[in-house]
Amino acid sequence: MSNEQKLFLKRIKYNKIIIRFIQILIILCFAFTWQFLSDKNIINSFVFSSPKKILETISLLYTNYDLISHILTTLYETIIAFALGISLGFIVAIILYEFKTLAKIVDPFLTMINSLPKVALGPIIIIWVGANMNSIIVMSILINLIISVMTIYNGFLNTDSYKIKLLKSLKANKLQILTKVVIPESYSTIISSLKINISMSLIGVIMGEFLVSKKGIGYLIIYGTQIFNLNIVMSGIIILIIISFILYEIVDKLEKKLLNEK
Amino acid sequence: MKNNILKINHISKKYHTIDGEITAIKDMNIEVNKGEFIALVGTSGCGKSTLLNIIAGLDSPTSGNITFTEKNPKIGYMFQSDCLFPWLTIYENCLIGLKIQKKNTLENQEYILNLLKKYNLYEFKDKYPKCLSGGMKQRVALIRTLALKPDILLLDEPFNALDYQSRLAVSNDVYNIIKKENQTAIIVTHDLGEAVSMAEKIYVLSKRPCTVKKVYEINLETRKDPISNRKDTKFIEYYDQIWKDLDINV
Ligand SMILES: Nc1ncnc2c1ncn2[C@@H]1O[C@H](COP(=O)(O)OP(=O)(O)O)[C@@H](O)[C@H]1O
Ligand SMILES: [Mg+2]
Repeated sequence: MSNEQKLFLKRIKYNKIIIRFIQILIILCFAFTWQFLSDKNIINSFVFSSPKKILETISLLYTNYDLISHILTTLYETIIAFALGISLGFIVAIILYEFKTLAKIVDPFLTMINSLPKVALGPIIIIWVGANMNSIIVMSILINLIISVMTIYNGFLNTDSYKIKLLKSLKANKLQILTKVVIPESYSTIISSLKINISMSLIGVIMGEFLVSKKGIGYLIIYGTQIFNLNIVMSGIIILIIISFILYEIVDKLEKKLLNEK
Repeated sequence: MKNNILKINHISKKYHTIDGEITAIKDMNIEVNKGEFIALVGTSGCGKSTLLNIIAGLDSPTSGNITFTEKNPKIGYMFQSDCLFPWLTIYENCLIGLKIQKKNTLENQEYILNLLKKYNLYEFKDKYPKCLSGGMKQRVALIRTLALKPDILLLDEPFNALDYQSRLAVSNDVYNIIKKENQTAIIVTHDLGEAVSMAEKIYVLSKRPCTVKKVYEINLETRKDPISNRKDTKFIEYYDQIWKDLDINV
């Protein structure tokens, strides 16, 4: 390796460290300012809580309120909704792709459902499905499904027309065209839709938990509001941010891995 | 002594679109003999691809018909895009036709490996298409097409995606492979030099609606590979002549 190349790599590494450092600095500044303002009673710590109180609340939740099982419940619901949403989205996209007229027929309905705020359906879902975890999962699937159908379907539509023509000239049937070109070519689109899907699933789950639940981070937040303990609410939000960040990172790493293997 | 394998009789093709009717092809007649290398030249948009699609059975003529001497003719089709699948190795790409037609036998695999060896691609057989140059990819695409031992090979502007330098070299290679394998081929091109240097017979097509304007038998002084053919004394004569034919139609 030449010296210039070494210098170049070093500079890139240096740049990365700087960026990470500044990011951490921002978080720390934010936390310290928050703490400072509440210590000096400049902000009302009863309403705004404070980092110290949040940490105390989290450890209290951990020891007395079974925090881990709340986290696991939310994670479980999110992952189930995510998996079901992606698989259903994949199947619906295939159906729409194979039946173009059907796709045209349902297109305005999909747009309508997509623009409908799904939370409005919450009460009906609870009545239909029951006041239990299934409602939460259904709610979450409603939110992530349309997006995954649309992304995957558009991926299918973008298949290189010459590759399809090639297969047709080789006398391939519809199933062969689907499995040999359309799906493999959309592989990267499908994988990239995972990232949006996981965020959507979590949003759906929390919304569902707000409406009906005995467990989960959404439940903790609502519970905190009801007993007017803003420390619990803030702790819930912080935990949620961490969960969503971790889930996103996992899917992102997974995506990079799956895309590089090909 | 004519060994006719394909006859195109009075073919017409109309497309219907919302904006109206397009007559792409009108009363087209072409005959192809075994082992012949035929070029179709015409301005872009005149209906050349449409004609090849009809020959390949991907589209059907509005009137007229096509007859093959062979009962179940096998047709190989190549485009300007090599259409290699990036997620398959070179060898797997060559196998795709065999797999689709359920002819993935040891014998056919051997045939492909031999072709790869013969045309200097064997060492790349386990590599992915992205490792190959544009010209090599087009050669792989040709081998993938030859793997099914087609009765007739259709080439739709196969070198368009290549830059000028490699275009000359690759057309030379492709020509040599086609001749060595004794393939009948129809090439569509708007590059006159390419047509005159490769084909034994040239159909000059009119602009839309596309029909056969003129037919040339190309009799060069000595016929060798396309690059040397370009230096033939007759080459420029044909080139000028056909150029004029096309110009009239602009
Ligand atoms: N599927 C189609 N529907 C409507 N018009 C078409 C279709 N395919 C081709 N055409 C029209 O037919 C004409 C000939 O097209 P094409 O055969 O692709 O030309 P070329 O290959 O000679 O450039 C063009 O004007 C094109 O717009
Ligand atoms: Mg064309």
